[in-house]
Amino acid sequence: MSRMRRLLHRVWAFVRRKPLDAELEAELAAHLQMAIDDNLAHGLSPAEARRLALVSIGGMEQARYKHREARGMMSLDILLQDLKYTLRTLMRDLGFTVVAVLILALAIGANIAVFSVVNTLLLRPLPFPNAHELVWIAPPPTKCGLSCATYSTDAYDEFRTGSRSYQDVTGYFAFSSADNLSLNMDDAPIPATSIDVIQNFFPVLGVQAQMGRVFTPDDARNGAAPVVILTNAWWRRQFHSDPHIVGKAFDMNGRQTTVIGVLPASFDFGAVFAPGTKVDAITPLNLYGPPRDWGNIVTFIGRLKPGVTLGQARAEAARVAPRMCWNDKHPETCGNYKDEVVPVALKDYVSGKLRRSLVVLWSAVGAILLIACVNLSNLLLARAAARAKEFAMRGALGASRGRIVRQLLTESLVLSGAGAVLGFMLAAVLVAWLAHQGAIALPLLSTLHIDGAALGWTVVIAVFAAVVFGLVPGLRMAGGNVYESLKDAGPGATASRRHERIRSVLVVSEVALACMLLVGAGLLLRSFINVLNVDLGFQPDRAAAVKVEYDDNVPGDKNGDLSAQKRAAIFQSILARVGSLPGVEAAGFTDYLPLGQNRAWGMPFPKGVKAPYELNAAPLVYVVSPGYMRAMGTAIRGRDFSWSDGPTGEQVIMINKSYARFIAEYAKLPDGDLVGKPLSNGGGPDLHVIGVVDDVHEESVDGEAGWQIYYPMTQETPSGAELVVRTSLPPSSLATSILTTLRELNPRQPMAEFKPIRLLVNHAVSGRQFFMLLVASFATLGLLLAALGIYGVISYSVTRQTQEIGIRMALGASAGQVQRQVLMGTLRLALIGVVIGAGASVMSARFIASLLYATSPWDAATYVSMAIALLAVAGFSGYIPAFRASRINPTVALHTN
Amino acid sequence: MVLQTLTVMGSVHGYGIARRIEQVSGNGVLLNQGTIYASLVRLEQRGWISSNWGTSDNNRKAKYYSITAAGRRQLAADARYWERLKDVMERVLTMDKSAAGADA
Repeated sequence: MSRMRRLLHRVWAFVRRKPLDAELEAELAAHLQMAIDDNLAHGLSPAEARRLALVSIGGMEQARYKHREARGMMSLDILLQDLKYTLRTLMRDLGFTVVAVLILALAIGANIAVFSVVNTLLLRPLPFPNAHELVWIAPPPTKCGLSCATYSTDAYDEFRTGSRSYQDVTGYFAFSSADNLSLNMDDAPIPATSIDVIQNFFPVLGVQAQMGRVFTPDDARNGAAPVVILTNAWWRRQFHSDPHIVGKAFDMNGRQTTVIGVLPASFDFGAVFAPGTKVDAITPLNLYGPPRDWGNIVTFIGRLKPGVTLGQARAEAARVAPRMCWNDKHPETCGNYKDEVVPVALKDYVSGKLRRSLVVLWSAVGAILLIACVNLSNLLLARAAARAKEFAMRGALGASRGRIVRQLLTESLVLSGAGAVLGFMLAAVLVAWLAHQGAIALPLLSTLHIDGAALGWTVVIAVFAAVVFGLVPGLRMAGGNVYESLKDAGPGATASRRHERIRSVLVVSEVALACMLLVGAGLLLRSFINVLNVDLGFQPDRAAAVKVEYDDNVPGDKNGDLSAQKRAAIFQSILARVGSLPGVEAAGFTDYLPLGQNRAWGMPFPKGVKAPYELNAAPLVYVVSPGYMRAMGTAIRGRDFSWSDGPTGEQVIMINKSYARFIAEYAKLPDGDLVGKPLSNGGGPDLHVIGVVDDVHEESVDGEAGWQIYYPMTQETPSGAELVVRTSLPPSSLATSILTTLRELNPRQPMAEFKPIRLLVNHAVSGRQFFMLLVASFATLGLLLAALGIYGVISYSVTRQTQEIGIRMALGASAGQVQRQVLMGTLRLALIGVVIGAGASVMSARFIASLLYATSPWDAATYVSMAIALLAVAGFSGYIPAFRASRINPTVALHTN
Repeated sequence: MVLQTLTVMGSVHGYGIARRIEQVSGNGVLLNQGTIYASLVRLEQRGWISSNWGTSDNNRKAKYYSITAAGRRQLAADARYWERLKDVMERVLTMDKSAAGADA
């Protein structure tokens, strides 16, 4: 009790120490006066009375000090003193302070920004309540794209009712394409993207509507009135944040659709499930309507019951899977999903693949921080040398070693504190910018923000940095022998060898770290260039795509032949018009573009050979028009589709080289050439291969090209139409004329986005590019800091050796010799650093091997070029002091000292 | 010591306390009078003494300290403790050899 009370008093006393000091002064004065009075009463002379009184008090200053110690918080007093002193000295040396704070701000800022990214993607749970219960349920990766990563509606029902591990299971329709919704207001239809979700999607994720409500089972029944939920962003952008939007109906895809709710801004479908895309609206998926027979179309997302582990859920899924049917009407398809129902934590599905990249990124900024610390250590050492005398003096006057270290640590804390504040601001700007890079295909990027954790991390690294860069010079300085320092700091002394050695070690470690960063960045850069140079199977430059609306509906059409004819007529007329526009070289239609959506329809195989269905693979299907291959720049061996390949003619297809090679090898075809051969197609009519085309990278740029099969739009039903044009002019310059033409032909054509094909490729590599750019900029920063460090050390040693150099020049050394000697010293340090750094890189390169593409982690060219770059920079930063050294005037040098 | 002094003398200033302790201890405790102020501030912060400014006999302004109720309680407790300690020490120091042998 009394202890608490005392603490409070102490704090209070600390706050009002000025008046308390004054009071103490008065008290002491009174005391002294009374003692003098007493002594005078004893008959002493005034002078003697005063002397004895002072003696009995035992030193006024000690009394004051003891009193303050008992009264307040001495350590805080000292801290304030140190702070005041620090600020004064730092202000006096403004150049040093600015450089130090800037270096720290860059390093700490980079660290906070990367921490925020890592925190968002790896550490923080997904932005849903009890996110750890959420699982993504999918088959292991296979060769047939999305169709093999999804399940049928029958399978969904069986899994949902047959599993006990889940509170509920939901999913969404995985094949929605961008701009699949056209909103018809007053003018041209507005394209938007909507996703069909199973009605319990939001309750399972734990997302509530910000306004209105989410779906109910009734919204997804046959014959239900069409409803839509708007995402927050679309509501704000398209509907101007209309507060009364709920209940209003709009013409969407030709149907009056009622808005029943608006989602909170915190829910971003694309950020979690489809990185790099934007989703505007959510619509209910009617599981019992036409999608019933569409095959594999939904993804599974489940919420585990509390206490159920992932292992239990997996074991159960393995038991349920054999009972799931692809289609209940075809009992032979039951058991198709055996071993293909595997729950994984949703978080792992969303960002698991990025773990390695993020760890590399984190290490890179960690290295930057270390380099910055080493650099500052160096700068502080240089300052320490200049201040050695000051500290020696303080030591001689009785300051303890701890007290001096404390003073120096206060200085470094002030520096790193200032750096942290500035760095925090830098990071905030960077993070805000990153959060708006919707085009980068990284999950959760839009949810990026600076939070309490980032603030905490800032404090941690600021203190860490301060201790790391402050301790070495601090101990060094405080530990020095007083006599030696006083002597050493005197003018004319030659460089203290020990001092120089510490600084050299620091520079070498700095160069080594920079070298590791550079090698890492170099390897990533090389990989990125390799990725850009991948033969995609199509020519992405000077080509663009635009989504085209068409209506091929023919009433009373029984087998789809009539609508196929109508469709062919529509497409033919569009291609004729667009193809005649100036600047258009070729044009064609496809339903899916590469590097986007995909699906598979089974595995056509030569007659008489049983297809290897157990491989669970199938070629991806594209339904295209004549001329599409030419528009994309994909080479065909054989012939292209023609408009005469009609619904009643022979069924024709094109396949890609990989699939052709696989079939030929598997079926042991004698000549290996499939062109002109028929393939059997389940029960349907034979498919005649009329052409073999180049492998197109359909899923990713850096992945392997899989199997593809192309059907003509005149015979199969496409699931949409993307018009691809190849142009002789930059594609964007043709956007207006093409869109105008499309709108002339069909007034319902929305003002769809005109997408250069190059953009699709860029989007596909944006994640890799993002990491590469970050690591490369960190490496550049590291290189700059290392150069600064080298410059600092060499120029300092030149200054210290001015006299020595002066003597040597007086004895006949030429300017060239002096320059060479300084440069050699620099290069020697850099070389040691490079050797150590390269060695460390060789050992740690395996760590980033999985992030590289067609690049060995021990790629000699990268190592050599990075080493040369580093040495060149080192040479350059050593050249300035070397040049200065060669300009030393012997007489002046010898004179001044 | 300070508390006892204050109990006996009532309200006293720092100089008075210092002098008093010197006199009572028969100069057995020779303290730097200045250090008395560190003890006083400690006792005051613990709430055992209180202080206010007053005027001395010969008209000098001085800070007067007096003991509080809590201080008296503390003094009583401390006194008991010292009494006990004194008794124990006395017994230990006057112990003769036979008793020591028996105890062992």
